[in-house]
Amino acid sequence: MTYETTIGLEVHVQLKTQSKMFCACPTGYGAPPNTLVCPVCLGYPGAMPVMNAEAIRLTVMTGLMIGSHISDYSKFDRKSYFYPDMPKNYQISQYDKPLCEGGSLVIEVDGEEKTIGITRIHLEEDVGKSTHLARSSGVDFNRAGHPLMEIVSEPDMTSPAEAYAFLQALKQILLYIGVSDCNLEEGNMRCDVNVSMRPVGQAAFGTKAELKNLNTFKGVQAALHYEVERQTELLSKGGRVVQETRRWDTDQGITTSMRTKEDAHDYRYFPEPDLMPVVLARDEVEAIRAALPEMPRDRRHRFAEQYGLPVYDAGVLSADRAVADFFEAAAGASSNPKAVSNWIMTDVLRVLAERNATLDALPLTPGALAALVGLVDAGTINMTGAKTCFEVLVDSGGDPARIVESRGLAQVSDSGVIESLVDKAIEANAQSVADYRNGKKAALQFLVGQVMRESRGKANPPMVAQLLMDKLGG
Amino acid sequence: MDFDFDRLTLVEARRLLESGACTSVQLTAALAARIRERDPDIRAYLTVDEAMAMRQAEAADAARAAGQNGPLLGIPLGIKDLLNVEGQPCTCSARLLEGYTSPYDATAIARLRAAGAVFLGRTNMDEFAMGSSTENSAFQVTRNPADTSRVPGGSSGGSAAAIAAGEAIATLGTDTGGSIRQPAAFCGCVGLKPTYGRISRYGVTAFASSLDQIGPMTKTVEDAAILLGVMSGIDPMDSTTLDMPVPDYTAALKDDLKGVRLGLPKEYFIDGMDAEVRESIMAAVETCRALGAEIVEVSLPHTQYAIAVYYIIATAEASANLARFDGVRYGRRADGVTDPIDMYGRTRAQGFGPEVKRRIILGTYVLSSGYYDAYYLKAQKVRTLIRRDFEEAFTSCDALLAPATPTPAFRVGENTDDPLKMYLSDVFTATTNLAGICALSVPAQPTAEGLPIGLQVLGPAFGEERVLHIGHAFEKKLGAS
Repeated sequence: MTYETTIGLEVHVQLKTQSKMFCACPTGYGAPPNTLVCPVCLGYPGAMPVMNAEAIRLTVMTGLMIGSHISDYSKFDRKSYFYPDMPKNYQISQYDKPLCEGGSLVIEVDGEEKTIGITRIHLEEDVGKSTHLARSSGVDFNRAGHPLMEIVSEPDMTSPAEAYAFLQALKQILLYIGVSDCNLEEGNMRCDVNVSMRPVGQAAFGTKAELKNLNTFKGVQAALHYEVERQTELLSKGGRVVQETRRWDTDQGITTSMRTKEDAHDYRYFPEPDLMPVVLARDEVEAIRAALPEMPRDRRHRFAEQYGLPVYDAGVLSADRAVADFFEAAAGASSNPKAVSNWIMTDVLRVLAERNATLDALPLTPGALAALVGLVDAGTINMTGAKTCFEVLVDSGGDPARIVESRGLAQVSDSGVIESLVDKAIEANAQSVADYRNGKKAALQFLVGQVMRESRGKANPPMVAQLLMDKLGG
Repeated sequence: MDFDFDRLTLVEARRLLESGACTSVQLTAALAARIRERDPDIRAYLTVDEAMAMRQAEAADAARAAGQNGPLLGIPLGIKDLLNVEGQPCTCSARLLEGYTSPYDATAIARLRAAGAVFLGRTNMDEFAMGSSTENSAFQVTRNPADTSRVPGGSSGGSAAAIAAGEAIATLGTDTGGSIRQPAAFCGCVGLKPTYGRISRYGVTAFASSLDQIGPMTKTVEDAAILLGVMSGIDPMDSTTLDMPVPDYTAALKDDLKGVRLGLPKEYFIDGMDAEVRESIMAAVETCRALGAEIVEVSLPHTQYAIAVYYIIATAEASANLARFDGVRYGRRADGVTDPIDMYGRTRAQGFGPEVKRRIILGTYVLSSGYYDAYYLKAQKVRTLIRRDFEEAFTSCDALLAPATPTPAFRVGENTDDPLKMYLSDVFTATTNLAGICALSVPAQPTAEGLPIGLQVLGPAFGEERVLHIGHAFEKKLGAS
């Protein structure tokens, strides 16, 4: 019998807010343990939560980006369970009235697009972090109370690759709208996976396992591969999958049982009496909607069409919002978007990678890049001069025309000057001249190179080649 | 210095301080001496930090010498032991919080502090405010000053007894189902349960978050009006406070009740209620009529469900609110724990008393999967009906008169073996909290043997001026007769 896989994801995303979900403590990663805490996020007697409006706004933004229905009435609930990293031993979360319901995300696997449904997005507070030592354990509550958005997908994915693509697509959107840093190492995005197998053609889902401790997207994919294999083998031997929570062991590359359905928690949800329901006015939601950026996928298609770029290039340019914005600004100021695209794809992205920097850290402006392209197109500088100018721009910024002038980078197109350089090159490289005349056309390139070197890169290369050919009787 | 410190009202004390007839240091020292003398028999206070209080009193005297004044400048107050005062204990009368020192001020405390108040000591209570007699304190049983064989009521029993014993000018209590009004009635002092959302709950160790409210316990209605005015108002730290204006509550205190229409809810005058309580309350009704009030009968038809609804909602919320007492971050952790489950189990087994455990178990049960709809959800629906009862009643009258309790103070140990009977002592008070409205208990004519009885005046949401006015007029008339 052949089986098909059903996968659903629950993704926890730490929102990028200045302060925590229910208190004024700053959010932050890497601070000394228990320094970003107060009576509220430590669950001290008498402390009360106060809603972070920015967290609501970021969640609504996310919902609008993926086409969710934004609830005009939602509320918070207490989810009770005991764990040392949970200050109050209940988590303030949303049970039956989440902020966002429905929506979808388009993923691409092997060039095929597929729409994955979103069930809901709700908002809750993060818990602290336990550290286990040899003879004791410690809890750092700096993370406790960080706003956490939980995005729940429909069980629409049928392969580990689709799950991976979903996470990538989701991350791209979250980064696009700036609601999270999505830094996996800092735990900004964490994922629980539900996976089950069923015989092909069977309508009902198989029994699912929930996988936890998945800290990277690659980990999700690897754990899913393992789990699909485990469940398939179990089923094909006539066994049954037990409904349970399984932990992914990164080192061994296997999943192991954490707890079965029998000892599942009864969370005893009830409405949080310390908070008022969230009532969103239509015009508030519409104002957020009006300020939303274009979806990365839409932008890619538009870039390809509007600027005449290859789809691949358009994809690279639109993948990151800052890069895409930069491209649009530069392309808009230039008559040669294709050249602008080439500069960004090769040089700008290279510099960012080398420096491990983001665009806002570079002094290069879109206008300067457009001007640089203009200087090349006008023949004022050649590519050698342009590269030099570019390096100046990314180091200290400025106006390309001024840089070309002050550094003497302008291309030399004066035929008299070039002719004298060509004559010198012919005189000094008798062997190459002979080779060329004997039919070794490659020798011409060497001679051109000599002239360029003599001109310190400033000679107009096509003019040099033409003059050489004229003189050597090519 | 020859003042009758133990009978001093807040208004009188303020006058003495303002006139320079005495200093806050003298006043605070006199009260501390009174506590030393009287409290071994009453046991109203858990702790008195005389050194800290004296420092505050000295600061108040210095401020006054520098020309400053404030509504409570130099006035010592007793504080129920579940309200957070920075640097003071906050045990909630629970073993689990023995030795705990609060790191912050409750909002109401911060407002009192800004008004110049001195925090004299921590008053005893039923553990985590769960009880109606203060016998559930893990540390001591407080006695009723009117008859020390009797309970002071609860849960704010220490706060009520301290006033009645002359060990405090005024105190703070909290009221979740009657915890201010019932002990005020039992001890013969004034107790106000303000409207839900009137005073910030930030810094009140939560019992039942949708019912809890801080309130003043005083010797006169005017004193209660003063404390209410200082503590009231919206608080950014408590989202359930409302942005309603805070009037000068003392301005509402007129001596007659002309044009006031008072309702008598027939469900609060039931068969089997104590004859002397009935007699005293009916006499109070006649006093109000004599002051010019019109008396009408009204009905609150869902009253009979109040105790059941109250004990479902309050315990459900409590089961979550008390989950934080786990021994991880503060409080007393059981010795030699081996793992988290062992730590929770033994810390909570040792740290909580039997009534608290009973309510946590009840609350856990009513929220459990499969029972939520039958208990919690249904209770919320009935709560809405109870609130509508009051809304309907207040269309035909300005305020309601009722007994605060079905009986006068009962004897120590009398109800401890019968939790249900104990719960029923909240029967006339719990509805107020369920409806979120305000109510005042003011001393009425006591029993023949001198046990206090409380007249309850219930008003609509944010009707504090009205209930204070009615209580004040009644108090004046009764005092004069």
